[in-house]
Amino acid sequence: MATRWPASFVVGASVFGAVVVAALLGPHIAPFPYDGIDIMARFLPPDATHWLGTDEFGRDVFSRLLYGGRLSLLMGIGATSVSLVVGVPLGLAAGYYGGKVDETIMRTIDLVISVPPILMGILILSMTPPNPWKTAIAVGIIYVPIMVRLTRGVTLELASEEFVLAARARGERAWYILGAEILPNAWPPIIVESALRVTFAIMLGAALSFLGLGVHPPASDWGLMIAESRPFIDSAPWVALAPGFVLCVTVIAVNLMGDGLREMLDPRLKRGRG
Amino acid sequence: MLAYTLKRLAYIAVILMVMSMLIFWATQVMPGDVAQMILGQFATEDQIGAVRARLHLDDPIHAQYLRWASGLLRGDLGVSMMMDRPIGPLIGEAILRSAVLAGISIVFVAVIGIWLGVYSAVRRGSKTDRAISIASYFFISVPEFFWAIVVILMFAGTLGWFPATGYAALSEGFWTWLRHIILPVATLVSGLVAHVSRLTRSSMIETMQSQYVTAARAKGLPENVVIRRHALRNALVPTITVLAIDVGLLMGGIVVVETVFSYPGLGRMLIFAIEQKDIPVVQAGILSVTAVYALANLAADLLYAFFNPRIRYGNALAR
Repeated sequence: MATRWPASFVVGASVFGAVVVAALLGPHIAPFPYDGIDIMARFLPPDATHWLGTDEFGRDVFSRLLYGGRLSLLMGIGATSVSLVVGVPLGLAAGYYGGKVDETIMRTIDLVISVPPILMGILILSMTPPNPWKTAIAVGIIYVPIMVRLTRGVTLELASEEFVLAARARGERAWYILGAEILPNAWPPIIVESALRVTFAIMLGAALSFLGLGVHPPASDWGLMIAESRPFIDSAPWVALAPGFVLCVTVIAVNLMGDGLREMLDPRLKRGRG
Repeated sequence: MLAYTLKRLAYIAVILMVMSMLIFWATQVMPGDVAQMILGQFATEDQIGAVRARLHLDDPIHAQYLRWASGLLRGDLGVSMMMDRPIGPLIGEAILRSAVLAGISIVFVAVIGIWLGVYSAVRRGSKTDRAISIASYFFISVPEFFWAIVVILMFAGTLGWFPATGYAALSEGFWTWLRHIILPVATLVSGLVAHVSRLTRSSMIETMQSQYVTAARAKGLPENVVIRRHALRNALVPTITVLAIDVGLLMGGIVVVETVFSYPGLGRMLIFAIEQKDIPVVQAGILSVTAVYALANLAADLLYAFFNPRIRYGNALAR
């Protein structure tokens, strides 16, 4: 039985795949080093040598874009992984055990939620010097509550299903029931949410970098590239437009991918579409 | 209702207390010596010692926290290290300016977003609906800081209609004020409108298929009465929840937009304070934003209860 992949998933996944491949191969295919300063070549508009022109230090924008992509994607995917690794087990535990465990976990989550996301990031990141890994972890922590709530909800639903009750009756251990019975059935909504989180994380990571709380110069992700180009926006708009455009395309691609996944994994949505 | 509100307020107080400890602890481990930052790199040991003593920087951390927290309770937010002015009025002015920006934006977001959502739900499948769907997809995917730059480039640079950055008080004249605030508001509104309109559309479509809408139609009511009086009221319930979530997004957006447009609100003040390591301002700033956010969420929940009497107040905390 061949699964029909939704068109939005195919388009989104191909574009996102291309961005990921370009970012991974970045150092090998970049025509110039990302920090190669050439004062004589400042603010060159795009041409055959510098495909996307150069910035205020004469650095090649295309090369910086490739390097920056690595950091931006690292923040998006890294942050989502953090929220999954922390959030899913907590959600499973809260939903399965209930009672005190549930209460403790959910109250802590409420506390994290009571701070607006970007402030949480600012609070975490203002403590120590910027570093892309730290931004990824900070953004990941921000998204832990959403993952916990989602996983908890699914677990609560599944915990009363017959196959779980059967496993309980067999006397299986809790970790077996959670890992082998509940988790495999809880994945679909978690995967869809993760795709959504990747886009939010890429955007939030870029925004934090833009505010000077992410990547440390001369390294650069797309957010910092846009921030650095701001003073010269009138004379050299290409320096800002290139990373901004790639950022938007990436976000749209992941969004499409998420929508496609949702359509595929959640049959209820299929008729509601249109 | 009153009991529920009081319970929520008590909960907010607890959250603020825990947050104040967290913030205080977090800002204490910020790198760099504060006294050194204030005096510059050529300060002598004696000068640094004097400043440290004046700011009580050598006290144990719990003593410093207690002094700070008891000040907060008396309404004393401390003194800005960089500006050497009491923080209370500084933050008060900044919050007011941010609130103006946020207030105007959220009104636009609600009005335009709901209108677009209803419009495309009613004309579901039409060309206009498609266009609105694609446009909102696009606007959701453009980060505010990039959108801000594009808007500046277009309307301030190329067209020259509005100033690129800066702020004018209302006392400088309505037009001057309006010209300065248009671009920040437009930037903030764009993404959130898309968010709200998408949600209103899907919730409206669902409601339009419900039995009571069919019944209202069968009664022979004109379509616009069916839409306005029967469908919209119910379709708005989830929209209000999303508006509450959007308040959080809006606050994030405001930090970015204020920074890009040099708008002297709380967000820009906070980023500036972090850059300058002005710890008392960072502490007071984050705490005030948390308080505002908690109150905004409470307001949204109360509104939600108002529109949807079915929800049980007692359980709202345990959601």
